[in-house]
Amino acid sequence: MQKHILNVLVENRPGVLARIVGLISGRGYNIETLNVGPTNDDSISKMTIVIPGDLRVIEQVVAQLAKQINVFRVDNVTAKPHIDREALLIKVSTRATGRAPVIEVAMLFGAKVLGVHPDSLTIQMLGSQMQVDQFLTLMHPFDVLDISRSGSIAMTQE
Amino acid sequence: MPNPSSQQGRSGAQCVVDGLISNGCEVLFGYPGGQAIDIFDKLYASPLRLVLPRHEQGGIHMADGYARATGKVGCALVTSGPGATNAVTGLATAMMDGVPLVVISGQVGMSLIGTDAFQEADTTGITRSVTKHNFLVRSVDELPRTISEAFFIASTGKPGPVLIDIPKNIQQAYTTQPDVQNVSIRAYHPTIQPPAEQVERLADAINKAHRPVLYVGGGAISSGSCALLRSLAETYGIPVCTTLMGLGAFPETSPLALWMVGMHGSVAANNAIQQADLVIAAGARFDDRVTGRIADFAQGAKIAHIDVDASAIGKNVSTHIPVCGDLRQTLEQLLPLMKKVDRSNWLAQVVKWREAKAAVYFPRKDGKLQPQAVIEAIDRVSKGAATVVTDVGQNQMWAAQFFRYTRPRSFLSSGGLGTMGFGVPGAIGAQLGTPEALVVSINGDGGFQMNIQELVVAVEHRLPVKFVVLNNSRLGMVRQWQDLFYGGRHSATILTQNDRPENERILAPEEPVYLPDFVKVGEAYGIRSRRVKTLAEVEQTLTDAFADPHPWLIECIVAEDENVLPMVAPGAALSEMILANAN
Repeated sequence: MQKHILNVLVENRPGVLARIVGLISGRGYNIETLNVGPTNDDSISKMTIVIPGDLRVIEQVVAQLAKQINVFRVDNVTAKPHIDREALLIKVSTRATGRAPVIEVAMLFGAKVLGVHPDSLTIQMLGSQMQVDQFLTLMHPFDVLDISRSGSIAMTQE
Repeated sequence: MPNPSSQQGRSGAQCVVDGLISNGCEVLFGYPGGQAIDIFDKLYASPLRLVLPRHEQGGIHMADGYARATGKVGCALVTSGPGATNAVTGLATAMMDGVPLVVISGQVGMSLIGTDAFQEADTTGITRSVTKHNFLVRSVDELPRTISEAFFIASTGKPGPVLIDIPKNIQQAYTTQPDVQNVSIRAYHPTIQPPAEQVERLADAINKAHRPVLYVGGGAISSGSCALLRSLAETYGIPVCTTLMGLGAFPETSPLALWMVGMHGSVAANNAIQQADLVIAAGARFDDRVTGRIADFAQGAKIAHIDVDASAIGKNVSTHIPVCGDLRQTLEQLLPLMKKVDRSNWLAQVVKWREAKAAVYFPRKDGKLQPQAVIEAIDRVSKGAATVVTDVGQNQMWAAQFFRYTRPRSFLSSGGLGTMGFGVPGAIGAQLGTPEALVVSINGDGGFQMNIQELVVAVEHRLPVKFVVLNNSRLGMVRQWQDLFYGGRHSATILTQNDRPENERILAPEEPVYLPDFVKVGEAYGIRSRRVKTLAEVEQTLTDAFADPHPWLIECIVAEDENVLPMVAPGAALSEMILANAN
């Protein structure tokens, strides 16, 4: 099933996040990732929602979101030229393999080692959701202790 | 209590009352409680007519019935916690049918929110999915504006219920903010003007159609488009079917009327949809009770859909010609583009289908009163002038099938949510909004008991509602499904001891014949009450009741095994109608 990235501009008010999330779950759709942050206008927040679904389902999600009183605009950026980025923090045990092979994979993806401990490395990676997924696949054979993913943020290139 | 020295301007409670009045509220349905007492205190000397329901659910349904009958915004006031949770069913009922309501709930003081305080509930959290919008007011300065915003949101676009939750300390705090008129909301721009090119596409499709059908829903009534629709249908020869919510939008006595479409729709409507080459949905939403099996719905037709709610378009069926906009404006733009087309073959087919009537029932040999005949009698004795308010179930479907509606807002019913218990309070609200109307509340013996306590309000406010109970001692619609699809296993649908399954039955000591005795219940409330068992008695009693300026309760003892027919089984196609009982 294709993933869609929706950018939703909402009023920056208490209760708006709950309304949006409740709407999506209440109608039986699944949120894969969700990111909320301020914009250059203090009164407006941007939510980036990644939802799997076919186009007809996504069109319905967009229409449902757009009619909410606190929603300014809903953009399905997947349909347009866009950039999406996700941040990943990953902690890998180096007890069995030593540091070198872990660092080698990290370098291939332009990832950065942020923390070095006697038995583990903490690495930061930034990329599209697909690149993050690929990176995680290659890290999988190592002893992964913990991961944190930010969820995608996205912007159209127009 | 607030410090007198800070009392500049008005209290929050006063802002609520002033805001209601300045936004046009005339009748308020309110049930008091500890966290709403300040607002009630300000209502004490206000010009608002205050109606005390006996349960908050009843109060919201009254506001709902008032709004459906008048087209105005219905207003209600409840307290925090259980007051607000009792309002939820009423809100959901109004939400599903697009009824404009403003409901105000008291809340515990801001400093107590989140502490599991006495009568605290997360009211905005609980009501989020059953309101068009809701507010938790966090500052008294926001209150005047919030009240006007609530009315604006409730009554524009696709109408719906709006809830305002007001903590007690906000009600008691003072503000110098004035009432706000003509609000606009930054992120809310209800669609009104339909795109011209889509209207042109629609006109072109209609002009080219040989077998068009108008499929009209409640949106036609709420947008005030019925006269335009009629002119479209009659001038250009387009037959019209309506949804349950659309009953009355088009006169059912017209030769172009196909009557109701869907699960209990007419042969004419369901056949016309299935045979059409163009289905024009106007303010309807392709509910599953209308479409039957989606894959087989109107297979040979292009679908055009006019709706003010963009999310309704393409939700259930693929739409070839979407027109997102206000129905009235759409029709105003559409009519000048229409051409006269000869559709005599199609109209001749419609004449044939109409011979099957809107619905039928079959004479009985045992002489028992038939509920369908009672509805026909209500139509006959009222000369079609009644405002019919129904409960939910068989009574609702028979009321839809056997009364010919000719005026918008003459059939009021919980269509989307299907809320049993709507019939009594809904009718009371409708009568308060339209004092001159002959309001007839049609109920089954099941739903009548779900808000029976509201009968007192009809008496207190001298409302001449005629309450009809079709008593078949059954939860009839479920009983019908059990007979048709569950091997006749009547689990929990028999309301008398006889015929019940073993695990529901206690035979001795014998119970009264009528349990409850509705005539005695009516009399306990001071309502003229009569039990009737024959059609002649029905006619006589209706004649007496309709001529009398008091509320009446008419209990009709009807056959226990009548089914609502025709019926499209759940999941079947509209063309697969069950027309008669198997026996």
